[in-house]
Amino acid sequence: MLIRRAPRFKSSEITDEKLYLRRREFISGAAAAALAPLVLGADRAEAKTPAGAPLKAAKNAKFVSPDPPTDFQAATTYNNFYEFGTDKEDPSRNGHTLKPRPWAVQIDGLVGKPQKLDIDQILTLAPLEERVYSLRCVEAWSMVIPWIGYPLSVLLKRAEPTSQAKFVEFTTLVDPEQFPGQRKGLLSFGGLDWPYIEGLRLDEAMHPLTLLTVGMYGQVLPNQNGAPIRMVIPWKYGFKSIKSIVRIRLVSEQPKITWEKQAPQEYGFYSNVNPTVDHPRWSQATERRIGEFRRRKTLPFNGYGDQVASLYTGMDLRKSY
Amino acid sequence: MTRGARVGLKVAVWAICLAPLATLAYQAWANDLGANPISYLTNTLGDWAFRILLTSLAMTPLRLLFGWSWPIALRRLLGLFAFAYAALHFGVWIVLDQFFDWPAMWADIVKRPYITVGLAALLLMLPLAATSTTGMIKRLGGRAWNRLHSAVYAIGVLAALHFFWLAKKARTEPYWYALVLGVVLAIRLWDWARRRLARRQVAARANRAASSVSR
Repeated sequence: MLIRRAPRFKSSEITDEKLYLRRREFISGAAAAALAPLVLGADRAEAKTPAGAPLKAAKNAKFVSPDPPTDFQAATTYNNFYEFGTDKEDPSRNGHTLKPRPWAVQIDGLVGKPQKLDIDQILTLAPLEERVYSLRCVEAWSMVIPWIGYPLSVLLKRAEPTSQAKFVEFTTLVDPEQFPGQRKGLLSFGGLDWPYIEGLRLDEAMHPLTLLTVGMYGQVLPNQNGAPIRMVIPWKYGFKSIKSIVRIRLVSEQPKITWEKQAPQEYGFYSNVNPTVDHPRWSQATERRIGEFRRRKTLPFNGYGDQVASLYTGMDLRKSY
Repeated sequence: MTRGARVGLKVAVWAICLAPLATLAYQAWANDLGANPISYLTNTLGDWAFRILLTSLAMTPLRLLFGWSWPIALRRLLGLFAFAYAALHFGVWIVLDQFFDWPAMWADIVKRPYITVGLAALLLMLPLAATSTTGMIKRLGGRAWNRLHSAVYAIGVLAALHFFWLAKKARTEPYWYALVLGVVLAIRLWDWARRRLARRQVAARANRAASSVSR
């Protein structure tokens, strides 16, 4: 007698043969997905240059470096920009939150012609030039970067500083929407006092080396490097080269700069690169050039002494660090 | 806890403690240590030395709070891994960062408090690592061994100072590490105070009993 039983599996439950044959792929795919954050974590710091739009500039033969430029990838993924976070990789990771257009810079204070300039207008005030400068961070590492811009003096002269103007104060944008590092939260008690403020003596600001910068490596400045407009003052520690500037104010008193407020015994207003004046917690005698293995000796004024040392004659640079 | 579970737990600790090292080795092989590889290696090894040290210091509090015995079986292994990472951290500094520049290193050790305390913490770990074997525990005797190994509290404090003094202001990580250290030490302090109080009460009761008998 034939005993009829209901089949144990409905036909809809039977795995398709093609899928069955691919079961290993599925498992390894799931495993890969689970492991991805571990393995790919290292990739997160990839450069996010917004458009990487090329920026034309004539090479200035007076400002070249005997050393090769730092790898573009390194220069755009390893830097300090606390507005994006305190890790070196944070600026490149979070840089996409900044909107470099539209952008305006206010120039005011002790000037004859206060003005508010659009970034695209600023780009046309003088011919853009490429200058290769070395950048020395106060943390004892350095890079060689081809910047694009023109001397800040062009912009300052346009505003006609009055005779009382003795210092220039720079201010970075404050906008927690665009700068995650500026957001206040229960767990983010660190960070700096915003806005980030920097300053120069007027003669330092007018010095031909002092570069108003809008690009690097033949490109529009990437967000993580201070888009759309920043300063580069090559004989001073990197933090003096303020990024994403919205205001330039001429003043009569020496501005209180952000890092000086944070730790006055560690960071001074001048912050000229000086191998003989140590940071209280580490030596400034040597530096690691990014991309090199051995440390190299740090030069006074970062190697620009012949051009800027005269600005400080008669000053005790151990006291005015 | 069964022997099998204990072995499983130890295997897990080995795997977890070796994972950061394996990741670094992989990243080094893949040329993926970032723009400043030496700094990245130094920082990562230091981070893990401190994390594993704090984990080893959390084992006794786990027993005190929950009455578990298994954490105690992991203390030695964790302590030795913390020492291994600290030693590698120091080794990278000597070999890759300073490249055997002994005068510069010596100048740093005497002049930079963060390096002074970091080296002190590592040196204090040496006798603890050397006396970590069962044979050494027997030879020293439990009491002397315990006293010697309480140096780990000082090591924890020195490591926290090392991190505080090297980190730039505005960074928050050193506070979190110090907070964890504070918690695991506070639990011990609380337990110590509780036991001392209990002992006193017992003694007081015994005293009272003795005086009532004598009356």
